[in-house]
Amino acid sequence: MEIERLYPLPNPDSQPYWDGLRDRRLMLQQCADCGTIRHYPRPVCDQCYSMEVDWTEASRRGTVHSWSVSHHAFHPSFKADLPTTFVTVDLEENVRLVGILRDPEVTLSIGMPVQVGFEDAADGAFSIPVLFAA
Amino acid sequence: MSDGLFEKGAITGIGETAYTRGSGKSDTALPMEAALKAIADAGLSPKDIDGVVPYASGSTVAEDFITNLGLPDLRYSATTPLGGASCVAGIQAAVSAVATGLANHVLIPIGRNGYSGSRIGNRVQQMPQFRTIGEYEMPLGTLAPAQLYSHMARRHMELYGTKSEHFAKIAMNGRKHAAMNDNALRQAPMSLDDHQSSRMIADPLRLFDCCLESDGGAAVIVSASERAKDMASKPAYIMGVAEGHPDSPSAITQRPDITTLGTAKAAPRAFGMAGITHSDIDVAEIYDCFTYIVLCQLEDLGFCKKGEGGDFVSSTSFGFDGDLPLNTHGGLLSQAHIVGMNHVVELVKQLRGDAGAAQVKDARIGLVTGYGDMGDGTVAIMRS
Ligand SMILES: [Zn+2]
Repeated sequence: MEIERLYPLPNPDSQPYWDGLRDRRLMLQQCADCGTIRHYPRPVCDQCYSMEVDWTEASRRGTVHSWSVSHHAFHPSFKADLPTTFVTVDLEENVRLVGILRDPEVTLSIGMPVQVGFEDAADGAFSIPVLFAA
Repeated sequence: MSDGLFEKGAITGIGETAYTRGSGKSDTALPMEAALKAIADAGLSPKDIDGVVPYASGSTVAEDFITNLGLPDLRYSATTPLGGASCVAGIQAAVSAVATGLANHVLIPIGRNGYSGSRIGNRVQQMPQFRTIGEYEMPLGTLAPAQLYSHMARRHMELYGTKSEHFAKIAMNGRKHAAMNDNALRQAPMSLDDHQSSRMIADPLRLFDCCLESDGGAAVIVSASERAKDMASKPAYIMGVAEGHPDSPSAITQRPDITTLGTAKAAPRAFGMAGITHSDIDVAEIYDCFTYIVLCQLEDLGFCKKGEGGDFVSSTSFGFDGDLPLNTHGGLLSQAHIVGMNHVVELVKQLRGDAGAAQVKDARIGLVTGYGDMGDGTVAIMRS
């Protein structure tokens, strides 16, 4: 099975997130009314239903929630990066993030502290979150 | 719990094409062929079909069935876009329609060239159910269901001690039943060694934990129960049917508990409507896109508690002559990937006593599930 390569298609809800990654800042949506931080970006706060949004820079600190190690690339452009470890992280801000582990030596476990970093995607079209043991 | 749709409808016709890898037929021909077989099995003419629930992610729409089958007056059409949970959700829609008199006979067809035809492409990003991960996860290279779902399996293993050997037992069971089924793609026996040495796709999921890609079509007819008893084939009465959506249904990674599926919300509704308990189930056809998803559904359906799936799999025999006969046709893992409509057809065959070599003795009540996209779950309970 091959799946076509996908690129982010930023819209008014998500543009600040992608701009932040490019600027090496992890930006999260925060409800302007009740202060709840949410991810992935979307137009409505599910706690108070406000559509007023602020953006806050995240700590970039979190812990491992789960992970997966890909040994098969479902698009040729990801082949050179195999095996690739995708980690689901519980951020200190109480939302989750998926990033690629850039610490090949580390043995992962649930709850392990990690730090979010940044790199440009292979063709430089956008920037992505990557992870290191903290 | 409300009786809801309890025994308001029945499956009165079933049809399947050959399941292949290279059908030589169009994506429209496959569901049409299956539909014609199901209509004939019900003893109906296409002119009797006044409802249709086409597969939401497929390439045919209700209008194609009017055009090809000459349906004179289609009165009810709907789609149920829940990925692999769509077929059982389609049964819920169809029973609602026949129970209220909106339609008499509803066709639920599916068919596709999942192996030889076009694969998942960049249409993914235009499909609303994939828009979220299409924007935030897939650009990183985590594109395929095996990759996305393996986060659920890994956490289950870490929290509860679930092992790859538990997944293997589910894969081997499917293979054993497929070898008894003439219309199954995988016939060669699978040993524990075969499973454990199959190549890693997205750790912890190996190749033999993943379903097949295949070409084929399947269809069923749902009719009002009071009509069903006088029809050509023995009806399978629908005792309970329900759908459930997990929290954060569009992104697994944002879900508070990534080891629980929408099935956990659907199952109490379906069992409550049917008025039965788990020990009444004679046969279970459980959606098996991946071995882990079966183990997780066994928990979410209530056959065991959350976290006990590994032990339950170890201590239960799943053969057609076992404690809980499971995927008696071979499933998506070893028969074919017909998006779970093959599970529905198999359950009806079992309840008719027409299931061939893997017939479960005295099967009276059975369960079929669907699981789709990022965690939607559907459950139907039927009786002969
Ligand atoms: Zn708010």
